[in-house]
Amino acid sequence: MKFNRFILANLFRKKVRLLLTLGSFAVALFLFAFLAVVRGAFIGNAELASANRLVTINRTSIINLIPLSYMDKIEGIPGVKYVTHNNWFGGIYQDEKNFFPQFVIDPDTQRQVFPELVVPDDQWTNFLKDRQGAIAGAKTAKRFGWKIGDRIPIKTTLYGGGAWEFNLDGIYHGTRPQDDETQFWFQWDYFEEKIPERVKGQIGWYVIRIDKPDDAPRIAKAIDAQFDNSPNETKTEAESAFAANWVKQFGNIQFLIVSIGAVVFFTLLLVTGNTMAISVRERTSELAVLKAIGFSDRRILFFVIAESLVIALFGGLLGLGLAIAAMPVLQVGLSSVLPNLVLPGSVLVLGLAVAVVVGIASGLLPGIGAMRMRVVNGLRRV
Amino acid sequence: MVSVNNNGASSALIQVRGLNKTYRRAGEQIQVLQGLNLDVDKGDFVAFMGPSGSGKTTLLNLLGGLDVPTAGTISVAGDEITHMSASKLTDWRARHVGFIFQMYNLIPVLTAYQNVELPLLLTKLSKAERRSHVETALAIVNLADRMDHYPRQLSGGQEQRVTIARAIVSDPTFLLCDEPTGDLDRKSADEIMALIEELVGKHGKTVLMVTHDPVVAARAHSTLHLEKGVLVEASKTRPSVMAGGVA
Repeated sequence: MKFNRFILANLFRKKVRLLLTLGSFAVALFLFAFLAVVRGAFIGNAELASANRLVTINRTSIINLIPLSYMDKIEGIPGVKYVTHNNWFGGIYQDEKNFFPQFVIDPDTQRQVFPELVVPDDQWTNFLKDRQGAIAGAKTAKRFGWKIGDRIPIKTTLYGGGAWEFNLDGIYHGTRPQDDETQFWFQWDYFEEKIPERVKGQIGWYVIRIDKPDDAPRIAKAIDAQFDNSPNETKTEAESAFAANWVKQFGNIQFLIVSIGAVVFFTLLLVTGNTMAISVRERTSELAVLKAIGFSDRRILFFVIAESLVIALFGGLLGLGLAIAAMPVLQVGLSSVLPNLVLPGSVLVLGLAVAVVVGIASGLLPGIGAMRMRVVNGLRRV
Repeated sequence: MVSVNNNGASSALIQVRGLNKTYRRAGEQIQVLQGLNLDVDKGDFVAFMGPSGSGKTTLLNLLGGLDVPTAGTISVAGDEITHMSASKLTDWRARHVGFIFQMYNLIPVLTAYQNVELPLLLTKLSKAERRSHVETALAIVNLADRMDHYPRQLSGGQEQRVTIARAIVSDPTFLLCDEPTGDLDRKSADEIMALIEELVGKHGKTVLMVTHDPVVAARAHSTLHLEKGVLVEASKTRPSVMAGGVA
């Protein structure tokens, strides 16, 4: 503690350099938090996926439909608890930029299969009674300022017929921070009534809730076996695998983000290491004097590392603070591209840990150099 | 009394026996010090003179435990320092040696008070005890009213006074001064020398000083000359008093 003043005094020796180094850390940590948030938005669904849910799609592709008649057969497979089905609507609300996912749902089984997405009972009851009823996720409702009772027109891009009218009967909330609260649900009966004859009785995919996660491979195999050699063969996989495959369509996002992050931190390490090396070199004679009057080599190393660590901590906190402050702006600005932007506490902790490691690493080499410096050589530079 | 001839046992505070220092430069061995013997008693004030490259600063570095000899021994108050490990030598320096450099070597981002306090940060003294010691040291060098000034706010003479306060604050066994007036005008140099004389006369300090200036050297109790790595007493002619009888 008694050396705090000494360390701080040295930190403020070159204020511009200190500010620039702090700024480097702040920018890097802001970028780190942002990349982590984007990564989370892309692969978060895979991480959140329930272990006791399976997804069945058309073996050819998810854009190929499968018959609704498969539902009874799937329900009959041992280990299957509930089966629900969805269709992708792909509509536009007012403007193409206002993207949010709209799903046709089966009201009878939706809540059993997705218990983490909660709709108040009274709102759900109203929804069931209303053929044109709809349920919106809390984020989407907030984004467009919708209130229960609002009339919402959504123009279809797949099924013709211009705008479809919906009544907002309820708003759902996720039970976990990362749950997707951007979806828009409406009823299968209303959908089937309005779609062209050629696609009636066809659904996009089934979501199956099973009793035991360990049974997933067996049940998936049994479902697909049911429809082998039929015109619409199926492909069933765990919800996490389904979500991961979905992300893969965008390329290897994970690799891209980790690569960018690694480059950023390696550059930061070089910048800070160079700054510390210059700072130590400028003070060679002072460090030699400290050694001469009795400061040990280890204490000299401690001073150098402590300085870079303080810079790393404050710069890191600044960057992460900026990221927290920027989140609401980013959530609004990127809502149509990445609707699930969440900055979890684990990212902040990891960011700070990375800053600490970079801080120590960047002070280590100059510190060891100062530690090994012979006093007589240092004093000659006076 | 200072002696350069004794190569046997003595009761002197500082005892140097058969000291050699050789550097290797560009593949060539350069012998800087050649078998020096030296005895310095407590309370002595010794000046070392000699031309550039004669080994004055090398000798001071060896006496202060900043460098290690090629051969020979140095004992201070019974401690044989030449075979101490680097970390023990660091601790020893903190307890026994006060350094005063030509260029002051103060830490520019610390005040006079904080600079003087530095050696005490290595002790177990409380904050209040440290304050008391620092204030006493600054009062001895007549800078009690400048303790909150930074080095850039002080004159050269005042900076050197702060250096002296830093050197004496932990009450070391002896002081090593490397050209303490080399960067000062005559008036400031006189003041610094008066202060060093006071440390010796009034406070009983032992001082070993390197200088080029005969006027400054004249204020020491004894002056020794280093010529080609050999110590000779100033008052005697060279051939008869080669250090310790080593040719």
